[in-house]
Amino acid sequence: MGTLLKNMLRFILLILVQVYVLDRIHLHYMVTPYIYFLFILWMPFEGNRAFQMLIAFALGFTLDGFRHHPGFHSAACVLVAYLRPFVVNLLISQQGAENNYQEPSAKSMGGFIPYLVYAGMLTLVHHGWLFFLEAMQFGDFWYFIVKTVFSTAISLLLIMIVELLFSRKQAFRTNTV
Amino acid sequence: MHNLFLFFRRYFNFIVLLLLQGFSIYLLVHYNSYHNALASNFMNEVTGRVNTQFNKVDYFFKLRNTNEVLIKNNERLVNLLNENFEKQDTSTKIVSENIFNDTTGRKRKWQYFSAKVVSNSVAAQNNFIAINRGAGQQIKKDDGVVDLNNGVVGIVTEVGENYSVIMSLLHKDSKISAKLKKGGEVGQVIWDGKEPNRLSLIEIRKSALVAKGDTVYTSGFTTTFPYGLMIGTIDEIVKDKSTNNYILYLKSTANFYNLQYVNAIENLQREEVDQLLKNANIKVNN
Repeated sequence: MGTLLKNMLRFILLILVQVYVLDRIHLHYMVTPYIYFLFILWMPFEGNRAFQMLIAFALGFTLDGFRHHPGFHSAACVLVAYLRPFVVNLLISQQGAENNYQEPSAKSMGGFIPYLVYAGMLTLVHHGWLFFLEAMQFGDFWYFIVKTVFSTAISLLLIMIVELLFSRKQAFRTNTV
Repeated sequence: MHNLFLFFRRYFNFIVLLLLQGFSIYLLVHYNSYHNALASNFMNEVTGRVNTQFNKVDYFFKLRNTNEVLIKNNERLVNLLNENFEKQDTSTKIVSENIFNDTTGRKRKWQYFSAKVVSNSVAAQNNFIAINRGAGQQIKKDDGVVDLNNGVVGIVTEVGENYSVIMSLLHKDSKISAKLKKGGEVGQVIWDGKEPNRLSLIEIRKSALVAKGDTVYTSGFTTTFPYGLMIGTIDEIVKDKSTNNYILYLKSTANFYNLQYVNAIENLQREEVDQLLKNANIKVNN
């Protein structure tokens, strides 16, 4: 399957799962898990960063379209897409792993723990920025902190389950270093 | 000049980030003006269609609930039938104050249009509801929206060709003029953004007599809702320490978790009232 086709399918599936399954969840009137931005987390290592940010904006804008309130998710997605290469550079341990593998996963990051930290940091950024923008309008500081922490925990749990259930097969691309 | 190009090249990604963030936050803050844009109409049409398909499944699983609501509503309507009433005294004549009467002696002011909910949310802090009826099917902006038991749901904010978007009561900008049934005090119903189906009534003085379970309904002071539609019942009474007012938490009449059908209410006399108010304002200001 081509990279383009794969990513398009992922885009559509993740948005549909988010809108029709996860958005209905509202634990303790507070926590709604978000996993649609896995699309950004799974974008290839290589590629134009400005272009990736534009794609991330489109992803956020699509979800905003379903919620009839533009701006929230597009802002959070763009920020995640911008910070992602920094986090990848921090965490990747294997020499030349970003050349040997196509995209971040438990395998290419060199284990489950680095992948957990990678996903965790970006999830925190996404949720933090999203709820910060919401809190600017309602202005309840402690509610915002608690909501961010618990939502990040639940979303991260789901992201890890997704990683275990749908192990993405990635060919080891040799002789590229 | 060379240095400028170098600068742009070095910080190109960061500049893209700032631009996109700026654009997002602009949309966020000015989302009312965005509503009038062409793009929003297109987005609503697309999401409306996708939502309609998914709603078919969702609707099937909620049929039982919808049926119960319909039966209850049917009972209420049957009770209103003319056959249920007997005219006691035929010698008195009822004189109406309304000048413009039709042959039955009444004039229609409010008209109900039923619509199917195609998407609904309670989990966000600004919740919208989309319905499958738009400008082509007589929905107008600022129409009030109620559920099938006449519990207030929200106000129409965006009207497309075939779909409309309703600002639910569960929205930070939602503000409905409301009245206590017992004492007649008037306040505003807002939402604090935390718990769905739990609204707050503010601007009620502490001198008012309130008790748990009291009914709160629309005041009829706006052109959006008729007088006397249920908004909720008082669930918790809190005294605001900083002001002389109560904060009354209400349990909403409409259950926002399982809305399937709603009625939009059009005020057929809105333009007249608006025009009068506008004229009055112009006179005062000059």
